[in-house]
Amino acid sequence: MEEFFHMGGYAAYVWTSYGLAAAVILALVWQSLCDWRRQSSLAAELEKAAGGRVRRAAAPAREDDR
Amino acid sequence: MRRAFLALLARDIRLAAGMGGGGGMAVLFFLTVVAIVPLGVGPDRPVLELLAPGMLWVGLLLASLLTLDRMFQADVEDGSFDLLSMGPLPLELVAVAKSLAHWVVTGLPLVIAAPVLGILLNLPPATMPYLMLAMLVGTPALSFIGAVGAALTVGVRRGGLLASLLVLPFYIPVLIFGVGAVEAAAGGFEGQAARQALLFLAAITLAAIAIGPLGAAAALRAILR
Amino acid sequence: MSLTAAQRFHAYANPARFMALSERLLAPLSVLTLLTLGAGLWFALFSSPPDYQQGETVRIMYVHVPSAWLAMLGYSVMALASAVALIFRHPLADVAAKSAAPIGAAFTFLALATGSLWGKPMWGTWWEWDARMTSVLILFFLYLGYMALWATIEDPLRAARAAAVLALAGAINIPVIRYSVVWWNTLHQPASVFRMDGPTIAPSMLLPLGLMAAGFTLLFFTLHLVRMRAEIMRRRVRNLRLARADEGGL
Repeated sequence: MEEFFHMGGYAAYVWTSYGLAAAVILALVWQSLCDWRRQSSLAAELEKAAGGRVRRAAAPAREDDR
Repeated sequence: MRRAFLALLARDIRLAAGMGGGGGMAVLFFLTVVAIVPLGVGPDRPVLELLAPGMLWVGLLLASLLTLDRMFQADVEDGSFDLLSMGPLPLELVAVAKSLAHWVVTGLPLVIAAPVLGILLNLPPATMPYLMLAMLVGTPALSFIGAVGAALTVGVRRGGLLASLLVLPFYIPVLIFGVGAVEAAAGGFEGQAARQALLFLAAITLAAIAIGPLGAAAALRAILR
Repeated sequence: MSLTAAQRFHAYANPARFMALSERLLAPLSVLTLLTLGAGLWFALFSSPPDYQQGETVRIMYVHVPSAWLAMLGYSVMALASAVALIFRHPLADVAAKSAAPIGAAFTFLALATGSLWGKPMWGTWWEWDARMTSVLILFFLYLGYMALWATIEDPLRAARAAAVLALAGAINIPVIRYSVVWWNTLHQPASVFRMDGPTIAPSMLLPLGLMAAGFTLLFFTLHLVRMRAEIMRRRVRNLRLARADEGGL
C-alpha cells in the first residue's frame, strides 16, 4: 500500500495531478448544480408570484420576442 | 456607393488626424514602449539586437490595440452610426472603410516610425528593409482583425480592455510570422525562411481583409439592432 | 411518428420539450458517468503496469489526455452550436454554446496543469514553449475571451449573437494558430529533450486510457445538460422579472 502511494518516487507529481483534476471537476459539478438549483427555485418563486398571468413571458427568450 | 465609401474613409481619416489622437498618439506610445525595453533589460547592445524584432512587433501590436476601441464606439455614441447604418453602404463596406482608416492613421505611421525605433534597439541596418516590408504587409491584418474585436465590444463599458483580450489571440499568427521574417533576415536566411514568413503574412492579411469586415458587420448587427 | 429530420430538429428547439427530455436523461447519464470514471480510475491507478520508460508518471496521462481531448471537444461543441445559432436561429443553440464554454475552459486548464506536472519529472521543466502546449494555452485564452464577452453584454440575445461571431472566428483561427506555432517552433529549434512522438501506447494502457476518455466525455455531456438547464432557467427568471417590472413600473 505504501508502495502504491509512493508512485515510484513520483508521488508529488502523480497525486497532485489527480488531486487537481478531482478538485477542478468537483468544483465544476458543484457550481453547476448550485446554479441549476438556484435558478430553478427562483423561477418557481417568480412563477408562483405571477400566478399564471404572464405565461407568455415565462417562455424562454426567442428571437422575435423583442 | 463608391462615393459614399470614399467619403466615409476621408471623413474618418480627417477626424482622427484632426483630433491628433490617431497617428501621432499611437507613434508616441510605440516610442515609449520601445524606449522602456532597454531600461528594463539593460543597455547591453547584443542583447538588445536579439530582442529588437520581437520588441518592435510587440510595441506595434499594443499601439494598434489601444486605438481599436474608438473604431465604432465614437460613431455609436454621437449617433452618426445610425445614419451610416441607414445609408447606402452595407455595414460590411462601412467596416472596410473603418478598418482602412484605422490602418492609415495608426498602422502606416507606426511602420514609418519603426526603423527609427530599430536604431534605438541596435537592429542591424541590413534587416531594416525586411522589418518595414513585414510590417507593411502585416499591419493591415491587425486593423481588419481588430475591427471584429472593436465591433464585438461596441457599447460595452471599458470595452477597450475586453477588445484587447478578445483580439490578442488572433494577433498571434501575425506576430509570429512578422518577427519570423525579421529574424530570418537577421540570421542570414534572406531567401528561404524570410520569404516564407512574408508570404504567410500576406496570406493572413488577405484572409483578414476578406473575413474581418464580414465578422465585424455581423457583430454590429447583432449588438446594435 | 413520421417526423422528418428537420421537423424533429425544430421540435427539440422547444425548451419545454428539452427540459422534459433532459430530465429523463440526466439520472442514467450520471450513473453511467460515475461507473465509467470509477472503472477507469481503478485501471488507471491500480490495475495497469508502470511504463518501462516513464515509470509511474505515465499515470498522469490518464487524466491529461482525456482533459486535452475535452478541451478540443468543448470548443467544437461551442463552435458548432454557435454556427447553428447564427444560421438557423435555433433557440437552444446559443444556450448550448454558452454552457459548453466553462466546461471546456476548465478541462483546458486541467490539460495545461497536468501537462506541466507531467513535464517536470519527464523533461525537467514545468513549461516548454512547444507547439502543442502553446496552442493549447492560446485555446485557453480564446475560451476566456468568449466567456468574458458573454459576461459583459447584459441582454442574452445580443450577447448570444456577438459570442457566436467570436466563437466562429476562433474556429477559423485555431488551425492558423496551430500552424503558425509549429512554424515558429521549427524556426527556433528548441534545445530541450522533448519529443513529439513519445512512447508508443502499450495495450495494457489502452484500456484505462479508453475508459477514462469515455468517462470524461460522459461527464462533459452530463455537465453540459445540467448547465443548459440552469441557463434556460436563468432566462426564464430574467423574463419573469422583466414582466413583473413592466406590470409594476407602469
